Amino acid sequence: MDALLEVSGLGLRFGGLEVLSGLDLAVGKGAIASLIGPNGAGKTSVFNCLTGFYRPSAGSIRLAGQRINGLAPHRITRLGMARTFQNLRLFRELSAAENVMAGRHCRTRAGALDAILGTPRHRHEEAAIRAAAERWLGFVGIREAAEQMAGTLPYGHQRRVEWARALATEPSLLLLDEPGAGLNSAEKAELVGLVRRVRDELGVSVLLIEHDMGLVMQVSEHITVLDYGRKIAEGSAVEVQSNPRVIEAYLGREENAA
Amino acid sequence: MSAGGGGAGEAAVGVQRSERSIRKGAGMALLLLVLLLVPRFANNYYLEVLSEAWLYVLLCLGLNIVVGFAGLLDLGYAAFFAVGAYTAGIVTIRLGQSFWLSLPIAVVTATLAGVIIGGPTLRLRSDYLAIVTLGFGEMVRITVRNLAITGGASGLVGIERPHLFGYALHSIGAFYYVFLLLAVLGIVASHRLENSRIGRAWKYVRSDEDAARAMGINHAAVKLAAYALGAIFAAIGGCFYATKMTAISPETFTFNQSLLILLGVVLGGRGKIPGVILGALVIVIFPELFRDVGSMRMLVFAVSLLLIMLFRPAGIWPERWR
Repeated sequence: MDALLEVSGLGLRFGGLEVLSGLDLAVGKGAIASLIGPNGAGKTSVFNCLTGFYRPSAGSIRLAGQRINGLAPHRITRLGMARTFQNLRLFRELSAAENVMAGRHCRTRAGALDAILGTPRHRHEEAAIRAAAERWLGFVGIREAAEQMAGTLPYGHQRRVEWARALATEPSLLLLDEPGAGLNSAEKAELVGLVRRVRDELGVSVLLIEHDMGLVMQVSEHITVLDYGRKIAEGSAVEVQSNPRVIEAYLGREENAA
Repeated sequence: MSAGGGGAGEAAVGVQRSERSIRKGAGMALLLLVLLLVPRFANNYYLEVLSEAWLYVLLCLGLNIVVGFAGLLDLGYAAFFAVGAYTAGIVTIRLGQSFWLSLPIAVVTATLAGVIIGGPTLRLRSDYLAIVTLGFGEMVRITVRNLAITGGASGLVGIERPHLFGYALHSIGAFYYVFLLLAVLGIVASHRLENSRIGRAWKYVRSDEDAARAMGINHAAVKLAAYALGAIFAAIGGCFYATKMTAISPETFTFNQSLLILLGVVLGGRGKIPGVILGALVIVIFPELFRDVGSMRMLVFAVSLLLIMLFRPAGIWPERWR
Protein backbone atom coordinates (compact mmCIF):
# COMPACT_ATOMS: atom_id res chain seq x y z
CA MET A 1 0.00 0.00 0.00
CA ASP A 2 1.24 3.46 -0.89
CA ALA A 3 0.82 5.02 2.54
CA LEU A 4 2.00 8.50 3.43
CA LEU A 5 1.32 8.07 7.11
CA GLU A 6 1.67 4.71 8.80
CA VAL A 7 0.90 4.33 12.47
CA SER A 8 1.28 0.94 14.06
CA GLY A 9 0.66 -0.18 17.60
CA LEU A 10 0.46 3.38 18.90
CA GLY A 11 0.11 3.55 22.66
CA LEU A 12 0.00 6.49 25.02
CA ARG A 13 -0.33 6.48 28.77
CA PHE A 14 -0.30 9.21 31.36
CA GLY A 15 0.75 7.46 34.54
CA GLY A 16 -1.83 4.73 35.08
CA LEU A 17 -4.23 6.13 32.54
CA GLU A 18 -4.15 4.41 29.19
CA VAL A 19 -5.21 6.99 26.63
CA LEU A 20 -4.37 5.09 23.46
CA SER A 21 -3.48 1.48 22.90
CA GLY A 22 -2.50 -0.65 19.94
CA LEU A 23 -3.75 1.85 17.41
CA ASP A 24 -3.03 1.16 13.75
CA LEU A 25 -3.81 3.87 11.26
CA ALA A 26 -2.79 4.58 7.68
CA VAL A 27 -3.39 7.52 5.39
CA GLY A 28 -2.64 6.96 1.72
CA LYS A 29 -0.99 9.49 -0.57
CA GLY A 30 -3.64 11.89 -1.81
CA ALA A 31 -6.30 10.51 0.55
CA ILE A 32 -8.87 12.30 2.64
CA ALA A 33 -9.30 10.33 5.83
CA SER A 34 -11.19 10.93 9.05
CA LEU A 35 -10.76 9.97 12.65
CA ILE A 36 -14.02 9.89 14.56
CA GLY A 37 -15.21 8.75 17.92
CA PRO A 38 -17.19 9.87 20.97
CA ASN A 39 -15.89 12.62 23.24
CA GLY A 40 -12.81 11.52 25.12
CA ALA A 41 -12.05 8.68 22.71
CA GLY A 42 -8.49 10.00 22.28
CA LYS A 43 -8.72 11.65 18.86
CA THR A 44 -6.82 14.79 19.74
CA SER A 45 -4.30 12.68 21.64
CA VAL A 46 -3.60 10.85 18.37
CA PHE A 47 -2.95 14.20 16.69
CA ASN A 48 -0.70 15.28 19.53
CA CYS A 49 1.30 12.07 19.16
CA LEU A 50 1.56 12.46 15.40
CA THR A 51 2.78 16.06 15.64
CA GLY A 52 5.27 15.42 18.44
CA PHE A 53 3.49 17.24 21.25
CA TYR A 54 3.00 13.95 23.12
CA ARG A 55 5.61 11.24 23.24
CA PRO A 56 3.92 7.90 22.56
CA SER A 57 4.68 5.13 25.04
CA ALA A 58 4.50 2.43 22.36
CA GLY A 59 4.34 1.89 18.64
CA SER A 60 5.76 3.66 15.65
CA ILE A 61 4.73 6.55 13.45
CA ARG A 62 6.13 6.83 9.94
CA LEU A 63 5.71 9.74 7.56
CA ALA A 64 6.68 8.85 3.98
CA GLY A 65 8.61 5.88 5.36
CA GLN A 66 10.58 7.90 7.91
CA ARG A 67 10.09 7.16 11.58
CA ILE A 68 9.03 10.38 13.30
CA ASN A 69 7.94 9.45 16.81
CA GLY A 70 10.14 11.06 19.41
CA LEU A 71 10.98 14.01 17.16
CA ALA A 72 10.25 17.57 18.32
CA PRO A 73 7.14 19.23 16.85
CA HIS A 74 9.12 21.70 14.75
CA ARG A 75 11.09 18.87 13.13
CA ILE A 76 7.94 16.97 12.26
CA THR A 77 6.49 20.10 10.68
CA ARG A 78 9.66 20.48 8.63
CA LEU A 79 9.23 16.91 7.44
CA GLY A 80 5.84 17.77 6.01
CA MET A 81 3.09 17.42 8.60
CA ALA A 82 1.02 20.49 9.47
CA ARG A 83 -1.91 20.86 11.81
CA THR A 84 -4.69 23.09 12.96
CA PHE A 85 -5.99 23.14 16.53
CA GLN A 86 -9.32 22.15 17.99
CA ASN A 87 -9.64 25.49 19.74
CA LEU A 88 -8.17 28.12 17.47
CA ARG A 89 -4.55 28.85 18.28
CA LEU A 90 -3.87 31.95 16.23
CA PHE A 91 -1.37 34.63 17.17
CA ARG A 92 -4.29 36.87 18.00
CA GLU A 93 -2.53 40.21 18.33
CA LEU A 94 -0.70 39.82 15.00
CA SER A 95 -2.13 40.43 11.54
CA ALA A 96 -3.59 37.62 9.45
CA ALA A 97 -0.63 37.96 7.06
CA GLU A 98 1.89 37.75 9.92
CA ASN A 99 0.13 34.62 11.15
CA VAL A 100 0.52 32.97 7.77
CA MET A 101 4.13 34.12 7.54
CA ALA A 102 4.79 31.92 10.58
CA GLY A 103 4.26 28.93 8.32
CA ARG A 104 7.18 30.02 6.15
CA HIS A 105 9.63 30.03 9.04
CA CYS A 106 10.67 26.41 8.61
CA ARG A 107 11.19 26.85 4.85
CA THR A 108 13.46 29.89 5.12
CA ARG A 109 16.91 30.37 6.57
CA ALA A 110 17.85 34.03 7.19
CA GLY A 111 19.29 34.55 10.67
CA ALA A 112 19.74 37.47 13.03
CA LEU A 113 22.93 38.63 11.34
CA ASP A 114 21.25 38.61 7.91
CA ALA A 115 18.52 40.82 9.36
CA ILE A 116 20.89 43.27 11.08
CA LEU A 117 23.09 43.62 7.99
CA GLY A 118 20.14 43.57 5.57
CA THR A 119 21.79 40.95 3.36
CA PRO A 120 20.33 40.01 -0.05
CA ARG A 121 19.26 36.66 1.42
CA HIS A 122 17.23 38.47 4.07
CA ARG A 123 15.63 40.83 1.53
CA HIS A 124 14.78 38.13 -0.98
CA GLU A 125 13.34 35.85 1.67
CA GLU A 126 11.26 38.65 3.21
CA ALA A 127 9.72 39.47 -0.17
CA ALA A 128 9.02 35.79 -0.83
CA ILE A 129 7.53 35.26 2.65
CA ARG A 130 5.20 38.22 2.19
CA ALA A 131 4.13 37.07 -1.26
CA ALA A 132 3.49 33.55 0.02
CA ALA A 133 1.35 34.86 2.88
CA GLU A 134 -0.84 36.78 0.44
CA ARG A 135 -1.05 33.79 -1.88
CA TRP A 136 -2.18 31.43 0.89
CA LEU A 137 -4.72 33.89 2.23
CA GLY A 138 -5.97 34.12 -1.35
CA PHE A 139 -6.18 30.33 -1.56
CA VAL A 140 -8.48 30.15 1.47
CA GLY A 141 -10.43 33.14 0.13
CA ILE A 142 -9.62 35.92 2.59
CA ARG A 143 -6.85 37.87 0.90
CA GLU A 144 -8.59 41.14 1.82
CA ALA A 145 -8.17 40.36 5.53
CA ALA A 146 -4.36 40.24 5.31
CA GLU A 147 -3.67 43.39 7.33
CA GLN A 148 -6.37 42.86 9.96
CA MET A 149 -5.55 41.70 13.44
CA ALA A 150 -6.26 37.98 13.55
CA GLY A 151 -8.08 38.14 16.89
CA THR A 152 -10.64 40.61 15.54
CA LEU A 153 -11.61 38.59 12.47
CA PRO A 154 -14.94 36.76 12.30
CA TYR A 155 -14.70 33.19 13.58
CA GLY A 156 -14.97 31.57 10.15
CA HIS A 157 -12.17 33.79 8.85
CA GLN A 158 -9.98 32.91 11.82
CA ARG A 159 -10.38 29.24 10.93
CA ARG A 160 -9.27 30.04 7.39
CA VAL A 161 -6.22 31.92 8.66
CA GLU A 162 -5.26 28.79 10.57
CA TRP A 163 -5.60 26.74 7.39
CA ALA A 164 -3.51 29.22 5.41
CA ARG A 165 -0.87 29.19 8.14
CA ALA A 166 -0.69 25.39 8.12
CA LEU A 167 -0.62 25.19 4.32
CA ALA A 168 2.20 27.75 4.19
CA THR A 169 4.51 25.15 5.76
CA GLU A 170 4.16 23.15 2.49
CA PRO A 171 2.90 19.98 4.16
CA SER A 172 2.40 16.64 2.49
CA LEU A 173 -0.16 15.76 5.17
CA LEU A 174 -2.56 18.24 6.74
CA LEU A 175 -4.17 17.38 10.09
CA LEU A 176 -7.40 19.22 10.81
CA ASP A 177 -8.72 19.04 14.37
CA GLU A 178 -12.48 19.59 14.21
CA PRO A 179 -12.38 22.05 11.31
CA GLY A 180 -16.17 22.32 11.30
CA ALA A 181 -16.59 23.28 14.96
CA GLY A 182 -18.46 26.54 15.34
CA LEU A 183 -19.22 26.93 11.65
CA ASN A 184 -22.73 27.38 10.25
CA SER A 185 -24.07 25.11 7.50
CA ALA A 186 -23.05 27.41 4.65
CA GLU A 187 -19.53 27.63 6.04
CA LYS A 188 -19.44 23.87 6.45
CA ALA A 189 -20.34 23.43 2.78
CA GLU A 190 -17.43 25.74 1.88
CA LEU A 191 -15.22 23.72 4.17
CA VAL A 192 -15.96 20.55 2.21
CA GLY A 193 -14.96 22.38 -0.97
CA LEU A 194 -11.77 23.62 0.64
CA VAL A 195 -10.75 20.17 1.86
CA ARG A 196 -11.19 18.82 -1.65
CA ARG A 197 -9.22 21.69 -3.20
CA VAL A 198 -6.36 21.09 -0.78
CA ARG A 199 -6.17 17.52 -2.01
CA ASP A 200 -6.97 18.06 -5.70
CA GLU A 201 -5.06 21.30 -6.38
CA LEU A 202 -2.19 20.97 -3.92
CA GLY A 203 -1.88 17.21 -3.74
CA VAL A 204 -1.89 17.39 0.04
CA SER A 205 -3.34 14.43 1.94
CA VAL A 206 -5.80 15.27 4.69
CA LEU A 207 -6.58 13.61 8.01
CA LEU A 208 -9.39 15.19 9.97
CA ILE A 209 -11.08 14.80 13.30
CA GLU A 210 -14.70 15.80 13.16
CA HIS A 211 -17.86 15.57 15.21
CA ASP A 212 -20.28 16.53 12.46
CA MET A 213 -21.13 13.13 10.99
CA GLY A 214 -22.74 14.65 7.92
CA LEU A 215 -19.50 16.44 7.13
CA VAL A 216 -17.38 13.36 7.79
CA MET A 217 -19.51 11.09 5.62
CA GLN A 218 -19.53 13.67 2.83
CA VAL A 219 -15.84 14.39 2.63
CA SER A 220 -13.87 11.38 3.73
CA GLU A 221 -12.93 8.34 1.74
CA HIS A 222 -11.70 6.38 4.70
CA ILE A 223 -12.90 6.57 8.28
CA THR A 224 -11.30 5.24 11.43
CA VAL A 225 -13.48 5.02 14.53
CA LEU A 226 -11.92 5.33 17.95
CA ASP A 227 -13.43 4.53 21.33
CA TYR A 228 -11.61 4.50 24.66
CA GLY A 229 -8.30 4.85 22.84
CA ARG A 230 -8.79 1.76 20.65
CA LYS A 231 -9.80 1.38 17.07
CA ILE A 232 -13.25 -0.17 16.92
CA ALA A 233 -13.94 0.08 13.20
CA GLU A 234 -12.65 1.39 9.92
CA GLY A 235 -13.70 1.60 6.32
CA SER A 236 -15.80 3.67 3.99
CA ALA A 237 -18.58 5.91 5.25
CA VAL A 238 -21.23 3.32 4.46
CA GLU A 239 -19.34 0.48 6.11
CA VAL A 240 -18.72 2.45 9.27
CA GLN A 241 -22.27 3.76 9.51
CA SER A 242 -23.73 0.28 9.54
CA ASN A 243 -21.16 -1.19 11.91
CA PRO A 244 -22.95 -2.22 15.14
CA ARG A 245 -19.91 -1.48 17.31
CA VAL A 246 -19.87 2.12 16.05
CA ILE A 247 -23.57 2.54 16.71
CA GLU A 248 -23.03 1.12 20.17
CA ALA A 249 -20.16 3.48 20.91
CA TYR A 250 -22.15 6.50 19.91
CA LEU A 251 -25.63 5.60 21.09
CA GLY A 252 -25.03 3.02 23.77
CA ARG A 253 -26.20 -0.58 23.86
CA GLU A 254 -29.83 -1.25 23.30
CA GLU A 255 -30.57 -2.62 26.76
CA ASN A 256 -28.88 0.47 28.28
CA ALA A 257 -30.88 2.79 26.08
CA ALA A 258 -34.10 1.06 26.93
CA MET B 1 -12.80 46.68 -13.21
CA SER B 2 -12.62 46.13 -9.54
CA ALA B 3 -8.98 45.18 -9.99
CA GLY B 4 -8.30 48.54 -11.69
CA GLY B 5 -10.03 50.44 -8.88
CA GLY B 6 -8.04 48.49 -6.30
CA GLY B 7 -4.80 49.33 -8.14
CA ALA B 8 -5.55 53.08 -8.10
CA GLY B 9 -6.42 52.91 -4.42
CA GLU B 10 -3.22 51.05 -3.66
CA ALA B 11 -1.21 53.61 -5.65
CA ALA B 12 -2.78 56.46 -3.64
CA VAL B 13 -1.97 54.69 -0.40
CA GLY B 14 1.56 54.15 -1.71
CA VAL B 15 2.03 57.88 -2.40
CA GLN B 16 0.67 58.74 1.03
CA ARG B 17 2.97 56.24 2.61
CA SER B 18 6.07 57.47 0.78
CA GLU B 19 5.19 61.10 1.64
CA ARG B 20 4.91 60.13 5.26
CA SER B 21 8.20 58.24 5.16
CA ILE B 22 9.95 61.25 3.55
CA ARG B 23 8.62 63.53 6.27
CA LYS B 24 9.65 60.99 8.89
CA GLY B 25 13.13 60.70 7.32
CA ALA B 26 13.54 64.48 7.26
CA GLY B 27 12.51 64.69 10.91
CA MET B 28 15.04 61.99 11.83
CA ALA B 29 17.83 63.74 9.91
CA LEU B 30 17.07 67.04 11.65
CA LEU B 31 17.00 65.38 15.07
CA LEU B 32 20.30 63.64 14.37
CA LEU B 33 21.86 66.94 13.23
CA VAL B 34 20.77 68.62 16.46
CA LEU B 35 22.17 65.71 18.49
CA LEU B 36 25.45 65.91 16.56
CA LEU B 37 25.74 69.64 17.31
CA VAL B 38 25.05 69.28 21.04
CA PRO B 39 28.74 69.08 22.09
CA ARG B 40 29.36 72.52 20.53
CA PHE B 41 26.93 74.17 22.94
CA ALA B 42 26.48 71.95 25.97
CA ASN B 43 28.77 71.95 29.00
CA ASN B 44 30.41 68.81 30.37
CA TYR B 45 27.59 68.11 32.82
CA TYR B 46 25.03 67.86 30.03
CA LEU B 47 27.39 65.77 27.92
CA GLU B 48 27.92 63.36 30.83
CA VAL B 49 24.20 62.96 31.39
CA LEU B 50 23.44 62.57 27.68
CA SER B 51 26.27 60.05 27.16
CA GLU B 52 24.83 58.00 29.98
CA ALA B 53 21.39 58.34 28.42
CA TRP B 54 22.66 56.97 25.07
CA LEU B 55 24.31 54.07 26.90
CA TYR B 56 21.03 53.24 28.61
CA VAL B 57 19.22 53.46 25.28
CA LEU B 58 21.52 50.69 24.05
CA LEU B 59 21.09 48.64 27.24
CA CYS B 60 17.30 49.01 27.29
CA LEU B 61 17.06 48.09 23.61
CA GLY B 62 19.12 44.98 24.30
CA LEU B 63 16.92 43.93 27.20
CA ASN B 64 13.88 44.76 25.08
CA ILE B 65 14.86 41.94 22.72
CA VAL B 66 14.44 39.49 25.60
CA VAL B 67 11.58 41.10 27.51
CA GLY B 68 9.74 42.94 24.76
CA PHE B 69 10.22 40.93 21.57
CA ALA B 70 10.51 37.43 23.00
CA GLY B 71 8.29 38.02 26.06
CA LEU B 72 10.78 36.44 28.48
CA LEU B 73 11.95 37.88 31.74
CA ASP B 74 15.47 38.75 32.78
CA LEU B 75 16.19 40.17 36.22
CA GLY B 76 19.95 39.69 35.84
CA TYR B 77 20.64 41.69 32.71
CA ALA B 78 23.40 43.72 34.38
CA ALA B 79 25.47 40.51 34.30
CA PHE B 80 25.89 40.85 30.54
CA PHE B 81 26.82 44.51 30.97
CA ALA B 82 29.44 43.30 33.46
CA VAL B 83 30.69 40.66 31.00
CA GLY B 84 31.41 43.43 28.48
CA ALA B 85 32.99 45.81 30.96
CA TYR B 86 35.20 43.15 32.53
CA THR B 87 36.20 41.78 29.13
CA ALA B 88 37.48 45.26 28.20
CA GLY B 89 39.24 45.54 31.56
CA ILE B 90 40.90 42.15 31.38
CA VAL B 91 41.92 42.48 27.73
CA THR B 92 43.54 45.89 28.23
CA ILE B 93 44.97 45.59 31.77
CA ARG B 94 45.65 41.88 32.30
CA LEU B 95 46.51 40.96 28.73
CA GLY B 96 47.89 44.33 27.66
CA GLN B 97 46.06 44.17 24.37
CA SER B 98 44.25 46.88 22.42
CA PHE B 99 40.81 47.91 23.57
CA TRP B 100 39.41 47.11 20.13
CA LEU B 101 40.27 43.44 20.59
CA SER B 102 37.91 43.37 23.57
CA LEU B 103 34.89 44.01 21.34
CA PRO B 104 34.91 40.71 19.41
CA ILE B 105 35.89 38.83 22.58
CA ALA B 106 33.02 40.47 24.46
CA VAL B 107 30.60 39.48 21.71
CA VAL B 108 31.72 35.85 21.98
CA THR B 109 31.65 35.76 25.80
CA ALA B 110 28.27 37.51 25.88
CA THR B 111 26.83 35.00 23.42
CA LEU B 112 28.11 32.18 25.62
CA ALA B 113 26.74 33.84 28.74
CA GLY B 114 23.40 34.36 26.98
CA VAL B 115 23.23 30.69 26.08
CA ILE B 116 24.29 29.63 29.59
CA ILE B 117 21.54 31.68 31.21
CA GLY B 118 19.05 30.87 28.44
CA GLY B 119 19.63 27.11 28.39
CA PRO B 120 18.34 26.14 31.82
CA THR B 121 15.50 28.67 31.71
CA LEU B 122 13.91 27.43 28.49
CA ARG B 123 11.27 25.38 30.26
CA LEU B 124 10.57 27.96 32.91
CA ARG B 125 7.87 30.56 32.96
CA SER B 126 7.28 33.86 34.74
CA ASP B 127 8.15 33.64 38.45
CA TYR B 128 10.63 30.76 38.08
CA LEU B 129 12.33 32.54 35.22
CA ALA B 130 12.57 35.65 37.40
CA ILE B 131 14.29 33.73 40.20
CA VAL B 132 16.81 31.98 37.93
CA THR B 133 17.81 35.13 36.03
CA LEU B 134 18.06 37.07 39.28
CA GLY B 135 20.33 34.37 40.65
CA PHE B 136 22.47 34.43 37.54
CA GLY B 137 22.94 38.20 37.83
CA GLU B 138 24.07 37.88 41.43
CA MET B 139 26.35 34.94 40.61
CA VAL B 140 28.24 36.98 38.03
CA ARG B 141 28.60 39.94 40.38
CA ILE B 142 29.80 37.79 43.29
CA THR B 143 32.18 35.89 41.00
CA VAL B 144 33.91 39.03 39.71
CA ARG B 145 34.04 40.28 43.29
CA ASN B 146 36.04 37.23 44.35
CA LEU B 147 38.32 36.49 41.43
CA ALA B 148 41.86 37.83 41.27
CA ILE B 149 41.75 38.46 37.53
CA THR B 150 38.79 40.83 37.94
CA GLY B 151 40.47 42.74 40.78
CA GLY B 152 38.14 41.59 43.55
CA ALA B 153 35.99 44.10 45.38
CA SER B 154 38.05 47.08 44.27
CA GLY B 155 37.68 46.13 40.61
CA LEU B 156 39.96 47.12 37.75
CA VAL B 157 41.56 50.53 37.54
CA GLY B 158 43.43 52.15 34.68
CA ILE B 159 41.61 50.76 31.67
CA GLU B 160 43.20 52.05 28.51
CA ARG B 161 41.47 54.73 26.46
CA PRO B 162 41.43 53.59 22.86
CA HIS B 163 42.75 55.32 19.77
CA LEU B 164 40.82 55.58 16.57
CA PHE B 165 42.68 56.58 13.39
CA GLY B 166 45.46 58.03 15.56
CA TYR B 167 42.95 60.12 17.50
CA ALA B 168 42.79 59.44 21.23
CA LEU B 169 39.34 58.90 22.64
CA HIS B 170 39.44 60.79 25.91
CA SER B 171 37.25 63.90 26.07
CA ILE B 172 33.65 63.66 27.18
CA GLY B 173 32.71 65.23 23.84
CA ALA B 174 34.30 62.29 22.01
CA PHE B 175 32.53 59.78 24.25
CA TYR B 176 29.25 61.59 23.65
CA TYR B 177 29.65 60.74 19.95
CA VAL B 178 30.68 57.16 20.68
CA PHE B 179 27.61 56.49 22.81
CA LEU B 180 25.34 58.34 20.38
CA LEU B 181 26.66 56.11 17.60
CA LEU B 182 26.10 53.00 19.74
CA ALA B 183 22.53 54.08 20.47
CA VAL B 184 21.84 54.72 16.77
CA LEU B 185 23.32 51.34 15.82
CA GLY B 186 21.23 49.73 18.54
CA ILE B 187 18.08 51.37 17.21
CA VAL B 188 18.81 50.33 13.61
CA ALA B 189 19.66 46.76 14.65
CA SER B 190 16.55 46.49 16.84
CA HIS B 191 14.35 47.82 14.09
CA ARG B 192 15.78 45.39 11.55
CA LEU B 193 15.50 42.46 13.94
CA GLU B 194 11.91 43.31 14.76
CA ASN B 195 10.91 43.17 11.10
CA SER B 196 12.70 39.96 10.26
CA ARG B 197 12.18 36.23 10.26
CA ILE B 198 13.74 35.90 13.71
CA GLY B 199 11.86 38.94 15.02
CA ARG B 200 8.55 37.45 13.97
CA ALA B 201 9.54 34.10 15.47
CA TRP B 202 10.00 35.86 18.84
CA LYS B 203 6.50 37.31 18.56
CA TYR B 204 5.05 33.90 17.65
CA VAL B 205 6.71 32.20 20.62
CA ARG B 206 5.61 35.05 22.89
CA SER B 207 2.05 34.85 21.62
CA ASP B 208 1.53 31.06 21.63
CA GLU B 209 4.49 28.77 22.09
CA ASP B 210 2.69 25.56 21.08
CA ALA B 211 1.23 27.10 17.93
CA ALA B 212 4.69 28.40 17.06
CA ARG B 213 6.19 24.94 17.48
CA ALA B 214 3.46 23.44 15.34
CA MET B 215 4.45 25.94 12.65
CA GLY B 216 7.96 24.52 12.57
CA ILE B 217 9.62 27.05 14.86
CA ASN B 218 12.32 25.73 17.17
CA HIS B 219 11.26 27.61 20.29
CA ALA B 220 14.43 26.75 22.19
CA ALA B 221 16.73 28.13 19.47
CA VAL B 222 14.60 31.22 19.09
CA LYS B 223 14.66 31.99 22.83
CA LEU B 224 18.40 31.38 23.05
CA ALA B 225 18.91 33.78 20.15
CA ALA B 226 16.97 36.42 22.06
CA TYR B 227 19.10 35.97 25.20
CA ALA B 228 22.32 35.94 23.18
CA LEU B 229 21.49 39.03 21.10
CA GLY B 230 20.32 40.92 24.17
CA ALA B 231 23.57 39.96 25.89
CA ILE B 232 25.63 41.23 22.95
CA PHE B 233 23.98 44.67 23.13
CA ALA B 234 24.82 44.91 26.84
CA ALA B 235 28.37 43.60 26.41
CA ILE B 236 29.24 46.12 23.70
CA GLY B 237 27.80 48.86 25.92
CA GLY B 238 29.87 47.45 28.79
CA CYS B 239 33.15 47.61 26.81
CA PHE B 240 32.70 51.28 26.04
CA TYR B 241 31.43 52.02 29.54
CA ALA B 242 34.63 50.50 30.97
CA THR B 243 36.90 52.52 28.72
CA LYS B 244 35.00 55.73 29.41
CA MET B 245 35.16 55.27 33.19
CA THR B 246 38.71 53.76 33.05
CA ALA B 247 37.74 51.97 36.28
CA ILE B 248 35.08 49.37 37.01
CA SER B 249 33.96 47.67 40.18
CA PRO B 250 31.44 44.93 40.97
CA GLU B 251 29.09 47.41 42.64
CA THR B 252 28.14 48.88 39.25
CA PHE B 253 26.52 45.60 38.28
CA THR B 254 24.11 45.00 41.12
CA PHE B 255 20.52 43.83 41.03
CA ASN B 256 19.54 47.51 41.18
CA GLN B 257 21.28 48.04 37.86
CA SER B 258 19.33 45.17 36.27
CA LEU B 259 16.14 46.54 37.73
CA LEU B 260 16.83 50.05 36.45
CA ILE B 261 17.32 48.78 32.88
CA LEU B 262 14.19 46.64 33.14
CA LEU B 263 12.38 49.69 34.46
CA GLY B 264 13.36 51.66 31.35
CA VAL B 265 11.96 48.93 29.11
CA VAL B 266 8.69 48.46 31.00
CA LEU B 267 8.19 52.16 31.68
CA GLY B 268 8.57 53.14 28.05
CA GLY B 269 6.52 50.29 26.64
CA ARG B 270 8.17 46.94 26.10
CA GLY B 271 8.31 45.70 22.54
CA LYS B 272 8.01 49.15 21.03
CA ILE B 273 11.34 50.68 20.04
CA PRO B 274 10.42 54.39 20.41
CA GLY B 275 8.83 53.60 23.77
CA VAL B 276 11.95 51.84 25.01
CA ILE B 277 14.16 54.76 23.90
CA LEU B 278 11.86 57.11 25.81
CA GLY B 279 11.98 54.86 28.87
CA ALA B 280 15.79 54.81 28.80
CA LEU B 281 15.91 58.61 28.61
CA VAL B 282 13.45 58.90 31.50
CA ILE B 283 15.42 56.65 33.87
CA VAL B 284 18.62 58.64 33.25
CA ILE B 285 17.28 62.16 32.97
CA PHE B 286 14.51 62.17 35.62
CA PRO B 287 16.84 61.68 38.60
CA GLU B 288 19.01 64.52 37.25
CA LEU B 289 16.02 66.86 36.97
CA PHE B 290 15.22 66.26 40.62
CA ARG B 291 18.72 67.10 41.87
CA ASP B 292 17.35 70.34 43.37
CA VAL B 293 15.21 68.45 45.85
CA GLY B 294 18.38 66.99 47.34
CA SER B 295 18.01 63.91 49.48
CA MET B 296 14.37 63.52 48.46
CA ARG B 297 15.53 62.97 44.86
CA MET B 298 15.05 59.21 44.67
CA LEU B 299 11.74 59.45 46.50
CA VAL B 300 10.40 61.92 43.94
CA PHE B 301 11.75 59.66 41.18
CA ALA B 302 10.02 56.63 42.68
CA VAL B 303 6.72 58.43 43.12
CA SER B 304 6.76 59.70 39.54
CA LEU B 305 7.47 56.16 38.30
CA LEU B 306 4.56 54.83 40.31
CA LEU B 307 2.28 57.49 38.88
CA ILE B 308 3.36 56.67 35.32
CA MET B 309 2.72 52.98 35.85
CA LEU B 310 -0.66 53.69 37.45
CA PHE B 311 -1.88 55.85 34.63
CA ARG B 312 -0.07 54.16 31.73
CA PRO B 313 0.20 50.50 32.79
CA ALA B 314 1.37 49.37 29.33
CA GLY B 315 4.15 51.98 29.32
CA ILE B 316 4.38 55.57 28.17
CA TRP B 317 4.40 54.59 24.52
CA PRO B 318 3.11 51.02 24.37
CA GLU B 319 3.31 48.51 21.55
CA ARG B 320 0.01 48.38 19.81
CA TRP B 321 -0.94 46.70 16.65
CA ARG B 322 -0.89 49.46 14.03
